[in-house]
Amino acid sequence: MNIQVDLEEANNVLTGFIRGEIDAFTAPVLRDKLENYQHHEGLNAELDLSDVNYMDSTGLGVFVAFYKTVNAKGGHVKLKGLSARLKRLFDITGLGDIMDIEAAGKGGN
Amino acid sequence: MRPFDYVEMRVPAKSQYVGVARLTISGLASRIGFTYDDIEDLKIASSEAVTNAVQHAYVEGEEGEVVIGCALYGDKIEIMVADHGQSFDFEDTKAKVGPYHDQEEGAFLREGGLGLYLIETLMDEVKVHHQEGVTVFMTKYVGGERVEEDVETVSS
Repeated sequence: MNIQVDLEEANNVLTGFIRGEIDAFTAPVLRDKLENYQHHEGLNAELDLSDVNYMDSTGLGVFVAFYKTVNAKGGHVKLKGLSARLKRLFDITGLGDIMDIEAAGKGGN
Repeated sequence: MRPFDYVEMRVPAKSQYVGVARLTISGLASRIGFTYDDIEDLKIASSEAVTNAVQHAYVEGEEGEVVIGCALYGDKIEIMVADHGQSFDFEDTKAKVGPYHDQEEGAFLREGGLGLYLIETLMDEVKVHHQEGVTVFMTKYVGGERVEEDVETVSS
């Protein structure tokens, strides 16, 4: 029940790598770290979720909030490396149609 | 002898125990023969229910407990999650829970957003009971389909 969030920002490009489980306990850690960057004007964020092995609605809530704030500031959020399980979670909630998400195994690696 | 094994957990209403409940239910589900995907669905649904219960108990302002009861049958698992700290009479509580009414009982769960929606989507049956707190009762069948009680399942 751990999470590791590594974020690096340069020239308004935010690159992130998230590992572990995102649930009610760990989601606040992720939210707090993302909040440090979400008000940058025109932020271009790319978060790699390929090592996220569990996520539920608390995680979706964090990513949706981040996506909304960044979008409102003219930025863009991309989530990549999603496992089939994670992809399904975004799809059944309808968020897959709204957000820029990319399943694992597509577009390189 | 009752036709199911019953396992009950009582955890403090704190978010760090959501994962403990999830992993325990995952272990129980694998005993009945659920597939990997079904177990992942169960993990999410039970986490949503326990998260709701933890948050609800927290709002109540007291050092609450969440009770999670799991009934294991040959072809299904029934999970009850209550945000009030009393143990269930499982059969008694099960008899009381009514069908889930979108407008009324579900209102408190909707506040959290997608939680209840995911429970409904990932489980086969969901009921919510309001009395001295909230009890969520949910069922998932092995193989994802409801099998009539008197029909024997054919294992592949």
